[in-house]
Amino acid sequence: MSTPTAAVRTYSKPVSGRLRGGDEVAWAVTFFFALLILGVTLLLVYELWSASAPSREKFGFGFLTSKLWNPVTDEFGALPYIYGTVLTSFLALLISVPLGVGAAVYLSELAPPKLSNALTFLVELLAAVPSVIFGLIAIFTLIPLMRTVVGPALKSVLGWTPFFTGPVFGVGYLTAGIILAIMTFPFIISVSREALMSVPREQREAALALGATKWESTWQIVVPFARLGIFGSIFLGLARALGETMAVTMVIGNSPTIKASLLASGHTIAAVVASEFTEATGKIYTSALVELGLVLFVLTMAINALAQLLILITTKKGSRKA
Amino acid sequence: MRKLFVVSLAAMCAAMLIPTASAQNMNGAGATFPDPIYKKWFGEFKGLHPTIQINYQAIGSGGGVKQLTEGTVDFGASDFPMTDAQMALMKVKPLHFPTVLGGIVIIYNVPGITAKLKLSGETVAGIYLGDIAKWNDAKIAADNPGVKLPSTDILVVRRSESSGTSFVFTDYLSKVSPAWKTRIGVSASVTWPVGVGQAKNDGVAGMVKQTPGAIGYVELGYAVENKIAYADLKNAAGKFVTASFDSVTAAAANSKDLAPDFRGSITNAPGAGTYPISTYTWLLIPSQIPDAAKKKAIVEALNWMLGPGQKDAQPLYYAPLPKKIVDLETKQIAQIK
Repeated sequence: MSTPTAAVRTYSKPVSGRLRGGDEVAWAVTFFFALLILGVTLLLVYELWSASAPSREKFGFGFLTSKLWNPVTDEFGALPYIYGTVLTSFLALLISVPLGVGAAVYLSELAPPKLSNALTFLVELLAAVPSVIFGLIAIFTLIPLMRTVVGPALKSVLGWTPFFTGPVFGVGYLTAGIILAIMTFPFIISVSREALMSVPREQREAALALGATKWESTWQIVVPFARLGIFGSIFLGLARALGETMAVTMVIGNSPTIKASLLASGHTIAAVVASEFTEATGKIYTSALVELGLVLFVLTMAINALAQLLILITTKKGSRKA
Repeated sequence: MRKLFVVSLAAMCAAMLIPTASAQNMNGAGATFPDPIYKKWFGEFKGLHPTIQINYQAIGSGGGVKQLTEGTVDFGASDFPMTDAQMALMKVKPLHFPTVLGGIVIIYNVPGITAKLKLSGETVAGIYLGDIAKWNDAKIAADNPGVKLPSTDILVVRRSESSGTSFVFTDYLSKVSPAWKTRIGVSASVTWPVGVGQAKNDGVAGMVKQTPGAIGYVELGYAVENKIAYADLKNAAGKFVTASFDSVTAAAANSKDLAPDFRGSITNAPGAGTYPISTYTWLLIPSQIPDAAKKKAIVEALNWMLGPGQKDAQPLYYAPLPKKIVDLETKQIAQIK
C-alpha cells in the first residue's frame, strides 16, 4: 500500500510534470477530504466544550454523579440519563447479538444462495427504515403487547428479582431495549454476513477434510476467522443504539429516574437533548443539555476504545488477524 | 419563435421584479401551540394585503424569545410571558399581545366509567404528585359522589419535552396546591415526581387513549378530535365546569390578575362560568420599529388579527379573546413607535 504512494512523492520532477500524472492531485484531494472529516470532529468537540462552559463551571464533575434534573431551580445532573443510555444499549445488544450473529451464520453458511440473497435484501431494507417508524410501530404494537402479555408474564415468573417489579404500563427500559435490538440487528446481520462470506473457501474445506463436521467447521474455523468483522458489526449496532433518539423517546417513558426494574420508565441522553433543547431557556439549562451531548460523545468514544482493546486482546490470543 | 422567447423572458423578469419592489417581508418565530392559526391568519392576511408577506416558524416558545432577543426575527411568539430577567436582556423592549386563548383539559381512560369525571384542583395536584395512586382513592371519590370507581393503578402521563402546555398546567397546579408550589414549581419543564413522558399533545393523547388507568393533560382540540373523555374541573368559585370556548373566554374576561402589559396568567380565574386551566398565547412585538413600512405592516396585521381574524379561532379549537381585552390591546398598539 505505502510503497507506490511513496514513489510518487519523490519530488524529482517539476510540479507541472507531477500534476500531469494525476496521482498528486488525487492524493491532495483525498487528503483534503480526510482532513475535512477530522476538522468536523474537532469542531464538534470544540463547540460542545465551549457551549457547555457555564454548566461545567457550575457543576464540575458532580454533573456526572448527580441524579437531580430540575429546570425550575437550575440544578442538573446526568446520572439518570447515562444509566438509561447504557442500560438500553446493553439490553439491545443482549438481544440483537445472538440473534444477529446467528442469522448471519445461517445466511452465509447454511442457507441456499438464492434464499440468502433474498433475505439479506430484506434485512438491508430494514436497516433503511427511519427510526420514527420503529417508534410508531412500537407505540401501536409493542407497548400494548408489553403491557398486556410480556410485562405481566415476566413479573409473575421473575417478579422475585428486583428487575421485574412495579406497575406495568408497557413503556420503559425493556421496551426501549427491544426496539433498539430490532433497529440494530440489520447492521449486525448484514456486516457479519459479509465478514463470514469473505472467509476463504479453503479454510472451510481444510476443516472438513480434517474430519470436522459442518458445525465444527463453522464455529471453530469460520466464525473465529471472521471475528473482526463480526465485532465491527456489533460496534456499529452499538453506536446506533447509543445515539438513537426518536424511537427511544417514544417508548422509554422519559422519566429521569434510576430504577433497577426493567419495566420502569427511564430516559436517555439523546432523548432528553432532543426533547428539551428547543424550549430550554436560560444559560445554565441550555449548557447543561450541551454538556449531556459532550457526555454522550465521550461515552461513545470510551465504549469504542474499549471495543478496540477487546479486539486487540482477542486477536492476539486467538488465530491470526483476518 | 425566438422573438416569442425573448418577450416571455422579459415578461418573466418583470413579473419577478414587481413584487420585490414593493413587498414587505416579515419573519416571526416561536410557540408551536398557535402555529395552525398563525399560518391561517398570515395566509389570509396575504390575500387581503398582497404586498405583505408574514412568515412564521414554529420553533418553540423558548426559541422565539431567543431569536427575538438576538434580533434575527421581526417578532416572536410565546405560550408564556417573558420574565423580567428575559426582558432586561433585550435592547428594544417587546410588547406582549395576546392573540387567542387556549384551554387545557384533563383527559383520562378509566375502565368501566360512563359518567363524566369531576376533579378538583387539589385532586389533580395529588395525582400528579403521586400522592393519589389508585382511581378509587377517597379524594377522587369525594369529587364524584355516586360513581363506582375501579381500583386500577393511575398512570400519570405528561409531556416529555418542555412545552407551553406544561407551563400553564404547572402554573395552575401551583395556584391550587401549596404542596405543588413548594415541591415542584412552575416551568415549561419540571421535575415530575411520577409518571411517563410522551412527546407533544398527540403523544400524550395517544398514550392515555391506549392505556387503561391513564390520565393526562392536552390542549382542548386534541381531546375533542381524538374523542377522549375529559374531566370537568372545579374552578375558583367552587363550580365544576366543562372546558368550552365560552368557559375559556370567560377566564380572560373575569381574570383579576391581568397586568397592564398583558404578562399575567389567567389560570384559576374567578367567576362561576370560568374554566380554570385557560391561557393566552402571545405575540412579542418590539416597541420600536425604525422601518416605517414594516411598522405600518405590523400594526395593520395586529389590528386585523384582533378584529376580523378572531372568527378563525373556534374552527381551529382556540377560544376568541373577550372584547374587553381586545379594546385594551388596541390601545397598546399605539405604543409601537
